[in-house]
Amino acid sequence: MKGLRKYLDRVKPNFEKGGKLHAFRSVFDGMETFLFTPNTTSTSGTHIHDNFDSKRLMIIVVLALMPCLLMGMYNAGYQNALGSGVSMSIWEMMLYGFMAVLPRIVVTYVVGLGIEFVVAQWRGEEIQEGFLVTGILIPLICPIETPLWMIAIATAFSVIFVKEVFGGTGYNIFNVALVARAFLFFAYPAQMSGDKVFIPSNPILGVGGTVNYADGVSGATPLGQIATHTDGGLTLHNIVGDPLTLWDAFIGLIPGSFGETSFLAIMIGAVILLATGVASWRIMLSVFAGGLLMGWIANSFATLTYPATFLTPVEQVLYGGFAFAAVFMATDPVTAARTTPGKYIYGFLIGVIAVLIRTYNNGYPEGAMLAVLLMNAFSPLIDYCVVEANISRRRNRQRV
Amino acid sequence: MAEKINNRSALLNPFSKENPVIVQILGICSVLAVTAKLEPAIVMGISVTAVLAFSNVIISLLRNTIPTNIRIIVQLVVVAGLVVIVDQLLKAFAYDASKQLSVFIGLIITNCILMGRLEAFAMANKPWPSFLDGVGNGIGYGIILVIVGFIRELFGSGTLLGYQVIPQAAYEAGYVNNGLMILPPMALIVVACIIWVHRSGNKELQEN
Repeated sequence: MKGLRKYLDRVKPNFEKGGKLHAFRSVFDGMETFLFTPNTTSTSGTHIHDNFDSKRLMIIVVLALMPCLLMGMYNAGYQNALGSGVSMSIWEMMLYGFMAVLPRIVVTYVVGLGIEFVVAQWRGEEIQEGFLVTGILIPLICPIETPLWMIAIATAFSVIFVKEVFGGTGYNIFNVALVARAFLFFAYPAQMSGDKVFIPSNPILGVGGTVNYADGVSGATPLGQIATHTDGGLTLHNIVGDPLTLWDAFIGLIPGSFGETSFLAIMIGAVILLATGVASWRIMLSVFAGGLLMGWIANSFATLTYPATFLTPVEQVLYGGFAFAAVFMATDPVTAARTTPGKYIYGFLIGVIAVLIRTYNNGYPEGAMLAVLLMNAFSPLIDYCVVEANISRRRNRQRV
Repeated sequence: MAEKINNRSALLNPFSKENPVIVQILGICSVLAVTAKLEPAIVMGISVTAVLAFSNVIISLLRNTIPTNIRIIVQLVVVAGLVVIVDQLLKAFAYDASKQLSVFIGLIITNCILMGRLEAFAMANKPWPSFLDGVGNGIGYGIILVIVGFIRELFGSGTLLGYQVIPQAAYEAGYVNNGLMILPPMALIVVACIIWVHRSGNKELQEN
């Protein structure tokens, strides 16, 4: 640590005004404050100092995502072993999943941070750390078979058009990771849905096996299977045709986007986020309440026209990206509603709309992404209404 | 509302500094609707230029005889008549393009650029400057349509004017057309990028 500090102090003059690397000062500044707590203090006004700055906050979210990442790695290996028939030990499965996801994480970070660095240099601003979380969210919410160049394009699109255009970290209207996912979903639908993209199908560096889809097996997600289901007697099954249980969905051994399958891992992440006070429990709770309520209503009026209505409310919450969206996407402090009553309304409507899209629109098997993006657009309006209602309530009280 | 300018700037200003689409933000609906492919974008640009030029001339000739309180109705009648002529000509000589554009040729009547130019220019200027103004604005509109259509067809379908441009080898290597480019939201984003580039080169258009 001391050596690192000394090295930084030695190269620092190069980046100060007049130094030969002055053009790259924000890169240096970003690296220095990433490694060490800055020791400069504010010179004007009253400030409350807290160690808990946005870098710490981002790191905690990344830590909370680790269970999902590990579980996703294990599940990728597990699904590949299941589909290819190659027997793998648990460590081989982890290794396989690690090698499957690593290029995606690297590509996302290189593209996203590259753009952030360039824009920060260009505007002469400090580098913001918002991409730390986005960069790990994007690989987690995409199918594991998504080609790398598509991830790169989607990341570039969403960082430029959702974040930098609006002014950088903290100014975005929509969740950056979800816009990347939405871009992929609408631009390359064949690579983002269906029955062949959620299971890694090729061996990587000699680990794993080749999944052969020829003999009528389907690697579709539970929600995907339901959406294409036309007759009664619904049984969900995995890639080799064995039935899936709720327990599988709880643990996360079902086909799905990389990090979203395991309810258990998401709940561990939720506990970390809530214990540290990073995420709002009001939003999480109300998203689940909305989803369960809408799931119950849909299930009460179950009809064969909309096969997803046969899912029980608990299944609605366990399958697909619902829990992941509730814990990690809806609670994004930048794009969520900020007033306390607003948080309940915002979360509740996300839950309701997510299940509504799933059940009553057969074209979209999963609605969590679209629900969060829609409510992102409405959250300023919700806040505005809450504040206005409060103002008029107090004014009336004064009049009486 | 009347603007008096010389012939040269009447023709050339709408290309860049007073471009109807990217500066005045008029006619956006048709930019979203017809630019998924390059060919309909070109046909639409030519049609609008023709309608705009001749309706400008006709209104300019009539400008002193039109009673002020029914001028919008007179303008609409003139534009509607010209649009019907263009529509029939396209059906006769460019049937495929007419099929692709379908209702949007008819909707030229409601294009804000037309009403804007008739009100702001043709009602106050002589026929020849009005004709140049109509041609200039039509081409200014057409340029944007062609740029947007070019980008959307190239990345959305991999073709230009129906001919495959992106080599087959790229598809075999894993390249996939971007489906979002075919959808209207992307037209809006492409127009936004053109405005971005255009404003960054024109200091006087930038807002504080």
